[in-house]
This record gives sequence, structure tokens and C-alpha cells, in this order.
Amino acid sequence: MSSDLVRARLPRWSLGAIAAGVVAVTAVLFVATPLAGRVGFLLTAAGLYVLVQTAVSLVVEGRRAARNRLVTSAVVACTCAAVLPLVAVLGFTVVKGMAVLNGSFLTHTMRGVAEQDAAGGIYHAMIGTLEQVGLATVMAVPFGLLVAIYLVEYSAGRLGRVVSFFVDVMTGLPSIVAGLFIFALWILALGRGFSGFAGSLALVILMLPTVVRSAEEMLKIVPDSLREGSYALGVPKWVTVLRIVLPTALAGIVTGVMLAIARVTGETAPLLLTVFGNPALNFNPFSGAQASLPLFVFSEAGLPDETAVNRAWAAALVLILIVLTLNIIARVIARVASVRS
Amino acid sequence: MLAGGSGALLLIIMAAIAVFLVIQAVPALKADTTNFFFTLKWAPDSPQPSFGIAALVFGSVLTSLLALLMSVPVAVGVALATSHYAPRWLAGPLAGVVDLLAAVPSVVFGQWGLIYLVPNIDTPSRFLHDYLGFIPLFASNGTYGKSIFAASVVLAVMVIPIVAAISREVFVQTPRDHIEAAWAIGATKWEMVRMAILPYGRSGVVSGTVLGFGRAIGETIAVALVLSSNYVISFRILDPGGNTIAANIANRYGDAGEMGRGALIASGLVLFVITLIVNFGARAIVRRSGRGGA
Repeated sequence: MSSDLVRARLPRWSLGAIAAGVVAVTAVLFVATPLAGRVGFLLTAAGLYVLVQTAVSLVVEGRRAARNRLVTSAVVACTCAAVLPLVAVLGFTVVKGMAVLNGSFLTHTMRGVAEQDAAGGIYHAMIGTLEQVGLATVMAVPFGLLVAIYLVEYSAGRLGRVVSFFVDVMTGLPSIVAGLFIFALWILALGRGFSGFAGSLALVILMLPTVVRSAEEMLKIVPDSLREGSYALGVPKWVTVLRIVLPTALAGIVTGVMLAIARVTGETAPLLLTVFGNPALNFNPFSGAQASLPLFVFSEAGLPDETAVNRAWAAALVLILIVLTLNIIARVIARVASVRS
Repeated sequence: MLAGGSGALLLIIMAAIAVFLVIQAVPALKADTTNFFFTLKWAPDSPQPSFGIAALVFGSVLTSLLALLMSVPVAVGVALATSHYAPRWLAGPLAGVVDLLAAVPSVVFGQWGLIYLVPNIDTPSRFLHDYLGFIPLFASNGTYGKSIFAASVVLAVMVIPIVAAISREVFVQTPRDHIEAAWAIGATKWEMVRMAILPYGRSGVVSGTVLGFGRAIGETIAVALVLSSNYVISFRILDPGGNTIAANIANRYGDAGEMGRGALIASGLVLFVITLIVNFGARAIVRRSGRGGA
């Protein structure tokens, strides 16, 4: 067992012993001193464990192993520090939201409902979000696909590089700036009022770079031999793109589109400036202010009344469910497609 | 032809964004009776319009930097955990969860920040003030709550999944040879990470950080919900107050008159320019450092 070439290692049971000892010491500390609180207990115990483990390792195993153990502890701590608040956000929303969410909440609007009334719902907001995101998708997907096809199949030289560069710039565009742009163009310069359609225009700007980039990547990995085979049969280029390249890349493109839809469904800031929000139902996305789910959450959460805040939690829960479902469907499509190819 | 036209249209849209923001901002900027860049005030609709973006730019940059300070080390840790530390059965689901969390709408984080975090931030705030109060950053008069600190924490939680996902993508691409070479000279795991993975993944961490900064500085709704807005420049991050460009637009938009809207558009233009500069800067950094180490 003891070799001159291998330094002593800490056996597994010693780690358990350290953990048990640390918990006991922390418990004594919490009884004997004014320290209190469950969170405090966990933090103190965890901190002590890392400290003691590193110290023992330093004595038994040497400096390099001790440092290795310390870093491993840090990595575990980072993961907990990242996952816990995120899970807390989700858990909080689910618990608070489930208390309010029911059939009536999904089928009623906020028309004539005061902030402290328990009645009311998000029917108008769901209709609004559906129409705005639907319109945005109808516009952004063909547009984005064409740009991607241009970048992969047709562009040669300067213009392609410039377009590609500005797709990157568009990716970094803050959503509120997209909203301000549509506000400045559509509502101030052209004199149109607030409408769901104005909101969709802003969402198109946010969807475009995501659609272009994901479609571009998918088109790039279509093997050239497929294209060449098609050309060899005398098929013109545009038919080749339409009948050979696009169907091959289809699953990947659909995944990208779903992720883009999921992203803009949760957007609030640009809609605030273009759709404005409306407590009543407005089916027509082309005229008059509309509601939307994220806007509903934003306006209700800011109210001082508990009933309103609870409505916001329920709406947030519905919003999260929609967005996560879209994400999961996208991932399933991606997995099924990659298995096939 | 159609495809080329779409490419051109995309360029036209980008140009139109700049042009229309400028057109709508100019009248308000002309009417501003005080210096737009240095005034600590936002009263564009008064008879003597006076507004400036100094406090807003300061707040935007400070909250974003603090958020990165808190989130980047954690995110790199998560990326290491999901790429090399966690056992295989755990790494996949963990990475999936982090990816899904990047998709949670910002308004939900904002609501959580407003309802849960702000009332509960007293304890960590008091801790920082009591033990680190000698640093001017943590000076406080004893009231906490809707502060720059709270906003930064919310932003940090939102930024972690982005930085973690991008860093992880690069970490897992570390060439097998580099890792094996480190093992072969008897490196511990940490030494392997330091010699093989971190140098190779540096560009990924940098571009993830920049993307996170862009997301944080442009974030509107979450910050608008968490910050109580005022127009002062103060480094006392625990005290209530502070404001950002984006949150100011969301908060002041509803009651803005004609001049007020122009002023908000002008501030949006500044935000646009800042994000452009950050993106270009990041591109230059990534290009200079080269992709991957060795």
C-alpha cells in the first residue's frame, strides 16, 4: 500500500467523517451562539466542510491535491449558486401561480375588473400574444430563410460579408431599441396608432438574426455531393435549393424557428412601446391597442395590491409553460432529426 | 434574386433603425436647454426642457458590470461542472436545465426580483454593510431594498445561463490530445483544467461575457421592476435608487409628451451606440487572442 512513488490519499470514509464532524460542530455553534436560520446553518456547514477538507488534505496529501480539492469544491458551489436561484424563480412562480390558475382565469378578460377584485383573467392577453407572435413568425421566417439561403448558396464577396456582419450586429440589438425603432417609424413617422401588428414588426427584428443564423448553420452542413448530384442531372440552381437543400435541412431549420418563437414570446419591452396593453379583448391585431401575456405580467406585478400580483404570477406561469414547451419541442425535433441523419 | 433582395432588405432595416431614431431624437435634443451628456435630470416635458443621460449611462454600465462580476465566475464554474466535472448521468440533464433557464422570459425574473428578492435583500445588504462598510461601495444609511445591488443580482441570475452555455460549448471542444497530455505528466484535475481547458476556452468565455453584457445592459423590464428610479450618480450600491437607460424608457414612456418621447428615443440611440461599441470591441478582442490556445 505505501509506496515511495505515491503519496498518501484521503480514504473515502474520512470525507464522510469530516462531514459528520462539521455538521456536529455547526449544530453546537448554532445552539451556543446567537447564530440562527436554516440558510445560515447550511452555508456555515458547507463553508466549514470545504475549509476542513482542504486543511486535512494539505497535511495528508500535499499542496497540489489540496488545491485540486478546493477547486472541485468551488465548482460544486458555483453549480449550486447558479441552479438554486434559477430553480427558486421557477418554483416560486409555479407555487404562486397554481393558486390562482383555473379555467375561469384562462377564459376571462380584465375588462371592468378592478385591481383588488379576484375575478378577471388572461384570455385577452393570450389572444394578443398568439396573434402578435403568429404574425411575426409569418413575416420573419420566410425573410430569414431567404437571407440564410442567400448567405449560403448565392453570396460571393463583399455584400455577403456585410450582410453576415449585420446579422451579428442585429443579434446584439437590445429589444427595447427594436421597440423604439418601430415606435419612431410606425407610430410617430407614419402616424399609425398602437396595434398588435406594430408589435409583430418589432418582434420580426428580434426573430430575424436567430432564424438566419440557425438556418445558415443547417444549410451549411448539407453535403455538397447532394447539390452536385442535382446539378449533374441538369436541375437549375433554384430548384436544387428548393427541392434538395431545403428538405434536407428542414428539421434543423424548424428547431431554430421554434427557438426564435420561444424567445420573442417572452419579450416585454418592445411590446410596451408598440402594442401598449389593453384590459379588454381586441381580436383585430391591425387596429387599436392589444394585450399580451408579458405585458400583463409587467403591469399587474407593478401594482401594490396582492390580488393583482397573484394574477401576475399565474400569467407568468402560463407564459413559462408556453415558452418551455416550445423549447422542449424544438429539442425533440432536433434530436429525432439528428438520429435519422 | 429574391434571396439577394432579402439580404439587401436586412441592411436597409439596420440603416433605417439608425436613421429613424436620429430623426425622432433631433427635435428633442435641439430643445434641450442643458447639456444632454452631463445633466443629472430628466424633465423633457417642462417649458424649459432639461434632460441628460449621465446618470442613466452610469447606472446601466454599473449594474451590468456588477452583474458580470457576480455571474461570470459562477458561470465558468457551471460550464466546467457540466463539461468536465459532473458524472455523465448528471452532466447532460444539468446542461439541459441551464439551457432551458436561458429561455425563461425576463419579466418573470423581474417579478421574482420585485416580490421576493427586494424584501429579502436586507440580510445580505446589512452583512455587506456591517463587514465591508469601510469600502465606499458598501456605505449605506441603513435603508436597503430597490437598489443597484438588487438589480445587479437579478441581472446576474439572468446572465449566468448565457455565459455558462457559451463557455461550455467551447470547453467540450478542447482537443483530447491537450487533456491527455496534461494527464500524462501527472497533473491533478485542476492542473489539467488550468493547462488544457481554460487556455483553449478563453475566447468562448470572453464572447459569452460580452453577450451577457449586451443582454444585461439592454435588459429593460426586469430592471424597471426592481429599481426605484432617480437621476443621481452614486456608487453606494446598497442604497435605494439608480436608474438605467432601458428601465428609464419603460418607466417614463407612459407619461411622456411629445418632447419626452423624443428624449427617450435619444437615450435609446445612446444605448444602441453603446451595444455597437461593445460588440465591435469584443470582436476585436476575440480576433486578436485567436481562437483556442496553443
